[in-house]
Amino acid sequence: MTQPVSPPRDSTDKVPQIPLPAWRTVLARADVRTLSLVGVLAALIVIGGLTRPDEFLDTRNLQLVLTQASVIGVVTVGMTFVITSGGIDLSVGAIVALASVWATTVATQEYGFAGILFTAMIVGVGCGLVNGLLIAYGGMVPFIATLAMLASARGLALQITDGRTQIVTVDGVLDLGERDAYVLGVPPLVIVFAIVTVIGWLVLNRTTFGRRTVAVGGNAEAARLAGIDVRRQRLYLYLLSGLCCGIAAFLLIILSGSGQNTNGNLYELDAIAAAIIGGTLLTGGRGTITGSVLGVLIFTTITNIFALNNLQSDVQQIAKGAIIVAAVLVQRRTASTT
Amino acid sequence: MATEPPLLSMSGITKSFPGVRALDGVDLAVQAGEVHCLLGQNGAGKSTLIKVLAGAHQPDDGVIRWQGDPVTLRSPIAAMRLGIATIYQELDLVEHLSVAENVHLGHEPTVAGFVVRGRAARASTGALLRRLGHAEIEPARLVGELSAAQQQIVSMARALSHDVRLIVMDEPSAALDPDEVDNLFRIVGDLTADGVAVVYISHRLEEIRRIGDRVTVLKDGRAVAGGLPAKATPTREVVALMTGRNVEYVFPARPSDGAAAPGGAGGTGAGDAGDAVGPPVLEVRGLARDGEFAPLDLSVRPGEIVGLAGLVGSGRSEILETIYGARKPTAGEVLVEGRALRPGSVRAAVRAGLGLAPEERKAQALLMLESVTRNVSVSSMSRFSRGGWIDRRAERGAARAATRELSLRPDNPSVPVRTLSGGNQQKAVLARWLLRGCRVLLLDEPTRGVDVGARAELYAVVRRLADEGLAVLLVSSEVPEVLGLADRVLVLREGRVVHTAPARELDEHRVLDLVMEGSPAS
Repeated sequence: MTQPVSPPRDSTDKVPQIPLPAWRTVLARADVRTLSLVGVLAALIVIGGLTRPDEFLDTRNLQLVLTQASVIGVVTVGMTFVITSGGIDLSVGAIVALASVWATTVATQEYGFAGILFTAMIVGVGCGLVNGLLIAYGGMVPFIATLAMLASARGLALQITDGRTQIVTVDGVLDLGERDAYVLGVPPLVIVFAIVTVIGWLVLNRTTFGRRTVAVGGNAEAARLAGIDVRRQRLYLYLLSGLCCGIAAFLLIILSGSGQNTNGNLYELDAIAAAIIGGTLLTGGRGTITGSVLGVLIFTTITNIFALNNLQSDVQQIAKGAIIVAAVLVQRRTASTT
Repeated sequence: MATEPPLLSMSGITKSFPGVRALDGVDLAVQAGEVHCLLGQNGAGKSTLIKVLAGAHQPDDGVIRWQGDPVTLRSPIAAMRLGIATIYQELDLVEHLSVAENVHLGHEPTVAGFVVRGRAARASTGALLRRLGHAEIEPARLVGELSAAQQQIVSMARALSHDVRLIVMDEPSAALDPDEVDNLFRIVGDLTADGVAVVYISHRLEEIRRIGDRVTVLKDGRAVAGGLPAKATPTREVVALMTGRNVEYVFPARPSDGAAAPGGAGGTGAGDAGDAVGPPVLEVRGLARDGEFAPLDLSVRPGEIVGLAGLVGSGRSEILETIYGARKPTAGEVLVEGRALRPGSVRAAVRAGLGLAPEERKAQALLMLESVTRNVSVSSMSRFSRGGWIDRRAERGAARAATRELSLRPDNPSVPVRTLSGGNQQKAVLARWLLRGCRVLLLDEPTRGVDVGARAELYAVVRRLADEGLAVLLVSSEVPEVLGLADRVLVLREGRVVHTAPARELDEHRVLDLVMEGSPAS
């Protein structure tokens, strides 16, 4: 601009558009946040490749990273919807545990593959239903309702297993974890994760369900006065999160060949952290599936690199905490300038 | 009083935010003991200027002098130490603390680092409240339990609990009724008599005439006039300075102007609006909510604008929200085209063709993070979707058509709604209901936070929508707005309709009499 600043002439045009340099407009179109996450992931891959060139870039290792990301990734997709709506689901880890042990009891395993899959999903949706009813129609705060679910689902999982690991004997389930089941080198778990991600992205960005989720999270009162059934939407969202937990539990059963009451420990923290790093607002009203998935991949890759470099899990935890803080600080900066 | 140098002088104050220059070399000089009024439209820079004065914003350039000495107001605490107190429009009180705790917040009396609770703080708070003429406010009560007017008094008591030399009041009368405004003015008078300077911000010119000494007018981040005599400057000149043109309120012509008929007594008045023909589209029968408003009857026909006039607390907004189903009535029913709505259901009301433009636009209507398109389409999503799948091109096209029809600016519905001015945000809300194809529009304070210049345009839009067959029910605390825009007016007092008449048979004084006396003066 030749005249650096001139007062807005028209009162309706209060934020005059100061043209950005060309490279910045290009970046702005492509979403700075997502690009920076891709940049971080790329940097991690370079670090991994430099520190452990033989192990990290090995196909098997990459398959392992993606497989590990799949379980928490599916949970994170559900969590992203809940957070976008202004809610929170602290019970996801406990629901994964309960679904995984309920689906691997001796009685369930008699029904074979379908029995395990069906039970895991039903238990997940059932827990989500309880959460949703308590929050949407019981007027409970999501934090409290899902905290209660966390405690009771874990307790129930312990009661079912009595602390024992339940080995899966159904071949159809175990086979999915074998290398023979890989499709063009891609493990089936990763395919499920990819499908859940794509469906999640479409639902959030292209459907009325997604719009209502964003509206409820952005301004629940405005959504209500605009004629949206806010309570029903909230119920559906916790059902969706529960369903994702059920799917994740099934993936975990395939991965470990067993069901344990300690499964899914601290998944709630990992899922929330991944969603927040990805750019979903904890206060609701804005959510990004792409960002969440990148967040999950970043976390899983860090864990993998640390493990390959023989660093203990305590160091990993500290690094994760630092990354969460750094990501949120960077986002606040970009949010205030754009 | 005017000794040299002035208590406060600000010169060449400049402040930019990304993309906007909010202040562009503003000068302001305030003498001890005067009421200095700050006038300007929304976005003129008033808020930014008082935030600079309060130490909440740091100016990019310019000098602030306090009693002649240059000072830097690095933080709100620094400003407070000098004796500058600010009472913001959005009251900054902690609802879950008591009155006394709020008043002493940040400078609690302490002994060895521990906050002293109880008697001393309550006693000094009580003394302050008595000085403000509100001895009835209990220092031990929770602030959340007080009315808006009482909270304002607490906010003022907090300002006075410091050794204050200058008080900034940002639209203090906005939430007050006339008698409370009188009390406010008495307090302002007491303060100035003690030599305290008051910087007073208000949209209401008549208030500025009553209490102001001098006026500074801001426009587009510049002081276009400084230190005008508040009582002697003609209104026309002040308005011209604020807007850059010579209009105050311009109302569109009624289609019925020229005809005249007496108003009905019960609310279902005789036909007086020329274009409002046929059976009423909205009928309210005996609708009531305990403690808020008494059983109410009213009807609105297509093409008619019915106004509800009344003071704050007369139940206006509650009535609209109950009709809309956002509150559950304790008695009565709402009929749209003869069919009763399920009580207390917004969805039923929306489905039947009602639309509400609520009073608190940002809190109750807009999705501030979203684009104009999504704000407009949110109530009509089923029209652009099949099996839940949104046809985004159809959505954009429909939103664009609706916003164009209301000439919403900028003409680009993909911009975020938060970047729009107040008037255009209101148009976005109206576009939402236009797109939905609603038949009854409920407007609650439609021009709150809207520039003087943009109001006329909004009035014209509402009138045009009515002419096209919409039924409009309007609520406003600004009597001229109700009288100028509505065809028929219901005057409310304490939740009761005290008078119904065609708007052109009423004038502002008559309505104010009714509102305060409750009996139809003749």
